[in-house]
Amino acid sequence: MNPTIARSALALCAGWAAMTASIVAWPQSPDSDSSNADDIMERSQRAYYFAGEDAKGMMTMELIDQKGRTRKRVLTMLRRNQEDAGQQKYFMYFHEPGDVRGLTLMVWKYPGRDDDRWIYVPAVDLIRRIAAEDKYSSFVGSDFSYEDVSGRDVSEDTHRLLGDEVLNDSEVFVVESIPRTQAAFTRRVSWIAADSFLPLKIEYYDAQNQLQRIFTANAIEDIAAGEGDARHVYRTIMKRTMENVKTGHRTEVAVTSVAYDLALSDDDFSERHMRRPPRTWIR
Amino acid sequence: MLFATALASATSLAQEPGNSWGIDVENFLLGTYSRLSSGETPEGHRFLLAEERLRLDLSVWSENIELEARVKVDGTHDSVAGEFDVDLREAYVDYSTRKLDLRAGRQIATWGVGDLLFINDVFPKDWVSFFSGRPLEYLKLGVDGVRANYSTKPLNVELVIVTDFRPDTLPTPRRFYLHDDFAGVADRIETHPDTGLDNPEIALRAYRRIGGFDASAYAYRGYWRSPGQVPDDYDVPTEVTHFFPALSVYGVSAQGQAMGGVLSLEGGYYDSRDDSAGVNPAIANSEARFLLGYQRQLSEDFNIGVQYYAEVMMDYDAYERTLPAVSTPRNEYRDIVTLRLTRFLKHQTWRLSLFAFYSPAEQDYLLQPQAKYRISDNFSTALGANIFGGEKQTTFLGQFDRNDNLYLTLRYDF
Repeated sequence: MNPTIARSALALCAGWAAMTASIVAWPQSPDSDSSNADDIMERSQRAYYFAGEDAKGMMTMELIDQKGRTRKRVLTMLRRNQEDAGQQKYFMYFHEPGDVRGLTLMVWKYPGRDDDRWIYVPAVDLIRRIAAEDKYSSFVGSDFSYEDVSGRDVSEDTHRLLGDEVLNDSEVFVVESIPRTQAAFTRRVSWIAADSFLPLKIEYYDAQNQLQRIFTANAIEDIAAGEGDARHVYRTIMKRTMENVKTGHRTEVAVTSVAYDLALSDDDFSERHMRRPPRTWIR
Repeated sequence: MLFATALASATSLAQEPGNSWGIDVENFLLGTYSRLSSGETPEGHRFLLAEERLRLDLSVWSENIELEARVKVDGTHDSVAGEFDVDLREAYVDYSTRKLDLRAGRQIATWGVGDLLFINDVFPKDWVSFFSGRPLEYLKLGVDGVRANYSTKPLNVELVIVTDFRPDTLPTPRRFYLHDDFAGVADRIETHPDTGLDNPEIALRAYRRIGGFDASAYAYRGYWRSPGQVPDDYDVPTEVTHFFPALSVYGVSAQGQAMGGVLSLEGGYYDSRDDSAGVNPAIANSEARFLLGYQRQLSEDFNIGVQYYAEVMMDYDAYERTLPAVSTPRNEYRDIVTLRLTRFLKHQTWRLSLFAFYSPAEQDYLLQPQAKYRISDNFSTALGANIFGGEKQTTFLGQFDRNDNLYLTLRYDF
């Protein structure tokens, strides 16, 4: 009953954004100065976490250990970008595993200060705030940390453009990021698509400067929303993997039923809906 | 009865043309085996609890409107008593409109910000489950009634009307060693308040955000859920009546981010309406209660929570003056400190936790260590203990000193 899964599930909520995507941006020619690297990471951040006015999707996450044993989490996630720049609200509803069915999480994210986070445990009708650190929390026991999926402020790292290359037929920028203060990694190298600014691959290095984890975007699709002048196409990562090369454990995430610009209301992200999510959200 | 009426009206609502239905079924098997660490129970068993439960959890919902019916029922087998039984955990109908949520039937309700310490949560609890190793969800008992939540931008209001009084489930001298002022008296009568549609318990909560905190105000008009005891004769008792005196509770709570963690505050005034002057020794004094809590993450997958709770009797002089010789006096001021530590390991398949209660005023304690392992998505097991102790055998936790137990639970979801 205690939310083993849920506590760190918070991580996913922001991570949801990571799985969605961005308005397809224009290509840009690479350049090796650091202000350009900052600009690329800034755009990638926006593409990654802020696509659309709001978004909804069903996420299936498989945690696979070195012996091939698999654990599965299925959840519906909703996100809304707030009117105040950089603020977001997230809502998550767990479908599986069975002992956490109906559990909901809500996060209000603020740039530069602690998020507000709540959990609802249906078996005891309990709404509670939860305290959790972003940087080092694993999300539902997966290989994604909260920070991997909710992102770091671009200003927390020093970025350097290593160059451009072609990865799986896509033109990409290769950017190296070094944390300014202590972090869960010591170095990170990102392969950022030049058209969409979505990350196609990220390598994380540990304190010994050895490769620890690899993020891969496995499937990308264009998702259309709205009609007429309001029509937008959002390039979206539909499948992704995070593998810990040191332990052999990996996590595969697939997102389905993705929709953007649903005109979700600010009032929807409330205690009321944690206890009683609208049918249209979860059924 | 209420549930049946609600179900009937829901059914007629749903039979509108073009409506279609969805069904969810989610069941589990749960075994709980709790053994005394030494000796036998008063009834002569080594096991405090040995039971199997089959949970059937069925939801039926409309595709067209916000309407859902749900039943959670446990078939139970108690190996200690050798009995089969049925435990209706919840059975309700939900209906929602744009601003209003309604739930009618048996339902679990939880209010307040305390972690296993309750002030404004006036709903019934099962302390036997809590002390003998059943999973935490069994601490809460459903209430029979109607709950309405009305949400507007400036304020949300929640109203619970309970038509059928349910007391707390408390340890009895059959299975537990405990202190009882009338231990030698076998004849017991329990009388429940005469509640019903014309005399319901009413619980009200208003809530909103204030300065980044979740703030709530509460009011309750109903009854104490643990009984007062009155003998037929204080000098030579032959029969003891257990009854539930009238109670009103007024309180507030707030919870929000502070100092890198979550801060919780709660207070309440317990107005013991049947004995406002505190001169009836069989009825609990009016009380003031408050709670301060703080929780934060210490490191990856490791959390800590601490709380301080206190209750003060409002008419202690009158209580002392009228206390019969047979009764054990209480402290005017009772406080509790709690500590919760939670550590996750191995991709959160293991969860190690400790919950500790200690009362500085009564010098008694309860320790609840637990290790839980998720074998697969469907199968989990937990091993834990309830360890009681104290200076005296008459205080709230100290009286359970001889009931230390070690338990194992197995749960299979399907």
